[in-house]
Amino acid sequence: MTGLILGFLYALIALGYTMVYGVLKLINFAHDVIFATGGIAVFYLFGLWLGITEPVTGAELALVVTAALLIGGLASSGAAAALERLAYRPLRRRNAARLSYLITAIGASFFMTYMYQQDFLLGTGKRSFPNFMDRQSAVTEDFLGTRVTDIMFLVVVTSIVCLIVLDRFINKTRTGRSIRALSEDITASQLMGVNVDRVIVTTFVVGGFFAGVAGVLYGMRFGNVVFNMGFIPGLKAFTAAVLGGIGNIRGAMVGGLTLGLVEHLSSVCIGSEWKNVVAFSVLVLVLIFKPTGIMGERMGG
Amino acid sequence: MAKERDLRSYMNNNYPKTSERVPDGVVKVGDPLFKGWQAIGYGRYLVGALIMLAIPILIDPEIIPALEGVDSPIPFIQGGFGIRVLVVTGIWILLALGLSVVVGMAGLLDLGYVAFFMLGAYTTAFMTPSGGADQFHIVEWPNVAALPFAVLVCVLAGIALGIPTLRLRGDYLAIVTLGFHEIVRQTANNLTITNGSRGIPGIERPDVGLPLSLGGVNTEFGVLSSHTYWMFLLVPAIILAVIMIRHLEDSRVGRYWTAIREDEVAASAMGVPVVKMKVLAFAIGASTSGVAGWIFAGYATFISPNNFPLLYSILILAAVVIGGLGSISGAVLGAILVTGLPEVVREASGGQTIFGFDPETGRIAIFGFLLVVVMIFRPGGLLAPRRRRIELSEASAAEGVIIDESAQPSKDELEYAASIHEDAQRKEGD
Repeated sequence: MTGLILGFLYALIALGYTMVYGVLKLINFAHDVIFATGGIAVFYLFGLWLGITEPVTGAELALVVTAALLIGGLASSGAAAALERLAYRPLRRRNAARLSYLITAIGASFFMTYMYQQDFLLGTGKRSFPNFMDRQSAVTEDFLGTRVTDIMFLVVVTSIVCLIVLDRFINKTRTGRSIRALSEDITASQLMGVNVDRVIVTTFVVGGFFAGVAGVLYGMRFGNVVFNMGFIPGLKAFTAAVLGGIGNIRGAMVGGLTLGLVEHLSSVCIGSEWKNVVAFSVLVLVLIFKPTGIMGERMGG
Repeated sequence: MAKERDLRSYMNNNYPKTSERVPDGVVKVGDPLFKGWQAIGYGRYLVGALIMLAIPILIDPEIIPALEGVDSPIPFIQGGFGIRVLVVTGIWILLALGLSVVVGMAGLLDLGYVAFFMLGAYTTAFMTPSGGADQFHIVEWPNVAALPFAVLVCVLAGIALGIPTLRLRGDYLAIVTLGFHEIVRQTANNLTITNGSRGIPGIERPDVGLPLSLGGVNTEFGVLSSHTYWMFLLVPAIILAVIMIRHLEDSRVGRYWTAIREDEVAASAMGVPVVKMKVLAFAIGASTSGVAGWIFAGYATFISPNNFPLLYSILILAAVVIGGLGSISGAVLGAILVTGLPEVVREASGGQTIFGFDPETGRIAIFGFLLVVVMIFRPGGLLAPRRRRIELSEASAAEGVIIDESAQPSKDELEYAASIHEDAQRKEGD
């Protein structure tokens, strides 16, 4: 179950990587900060300003949780859109080499991460996340032999809803079709009348939203936020995206779940200190035998 | 057409050397200073070496006791601490040079380069006596003897990583190399022979057997105990690496790399042994980090996995790209910026905060911001390589105008073209 929870979180973050990669062929290295932004925004709004630090119940709980997830998602969307406008679009206008994008992304990631580290924002240490949802109370004590807490249940449900919504969005709506068109051929879709800039921003916004939701869930699950909380999950999510086949949305889900389960199983069977070694070894092995990941690179279903 | 001809003359090895291909208006060819600089040949390296060595000697209070407590004339490089920054910068220059072969010349995106550095350092630690603790070394050889093995291990690791993974396209390679770094680091973190995260202490310093004694304070015979002495090891290593890469760049191998970087399919169609050349790039790139790792292990005398975070692999890539991809001077400049800039910010801020922003802890934020700005305004890096600039100037010139004389078709090519033309006309006549 722990592995599954982790897998769903990875999958949510991986969606952003894979969408941006599908459209721009760019590894958005700053996506880890986008993820962190969601958690940090909710920490600020709910923890510091509204002061909701005690667990709430009933309708109030539903309201608070929904609001938190939405606000986290929107904050991350905003950050992602700003990133696209301020950092990537000038590069696109100049037809920069792909490595320039990568370095820009790294630069943006450093900038935002270490701004969060400043004392007027988060500071260096861990800050405890507002625990408006009781971290101990469990939905069921025995689901296939494990204890499922409310938060775990919430993570699973939210993730599944998000994944289904996104899948429908990409495959059924007009905007989704534009995104798929862009991932096939930018020039051709521009000639066909797709507003490239707007679709690219949309991609960032949508990817950012899911990352923000993941950020809030992450904060609720682990009970704290740190300025560099995004680095490791971001890296793992990127690995998950590649594992599933980068650019492929269903691949991101499959990759995320696979990675989460592999990590959990290896920490149970071999020892948690080896889990990263096993996770990356699995990645290398999969790529050697299937160079475009488990599900291939095609974006649409 | 121009590209095809380019590639053909590449393969025929009659392409002018990079150093000779300087079109007007890009670099001032007529500039007497530039000509003089070219004319002295290897003397250039000597001048560079002397400058690099002079800086630490002139500010080291251990060598010139009169400097104790005096501000050095060069801003930001003050006394002992400044020299330590210089040594670290030197190590990073070596790393950046190696990575610029892999990323800049062969165009392989390597995000785990520091793993090789780490292997070099750990190999050194395993082969030299370390602080009386028996379990942290395999043999007890003098530090200098570990150097060839450190390089060898790195080269072998480069080959071992390269062979299975180089079939992968750019971005997949990036994540695999990143994973390789994490695998190496976590393994070192978990094994007993590496003492896990506690690291290996007391690594012996190299005894270079030279009577180095500058000034009067620190004159331990031959053993590199003063920070400044390390520059005597680093500077020749850097110069050698630069010469090696410079020659590789103009050799057949270097041209193969350029061909692969520009268009892998075309290159392999022209008979470039693509996989072999990629593995070679990995191996050569890894070799300089072996040297760097050996130097680092002896210099720091203590290594632990925490000395080699994933962040460094990313930073070193940033250094190479920000300096100018494929440019040797760019790699050097990038390494200096990455290590030096945060220190400069630290010095300059003097512990003051601006609107609550503390430049000392926020120096990486400043660095990140500068990365973005540099990439937006100079996407090719600060010192884009000469070849890249030639390409850019060719692209901006009107189509069909070739600036470079030597890129004109050779006599043979013209005759060949004429014969084809005649053949075609004859067939039309039939």
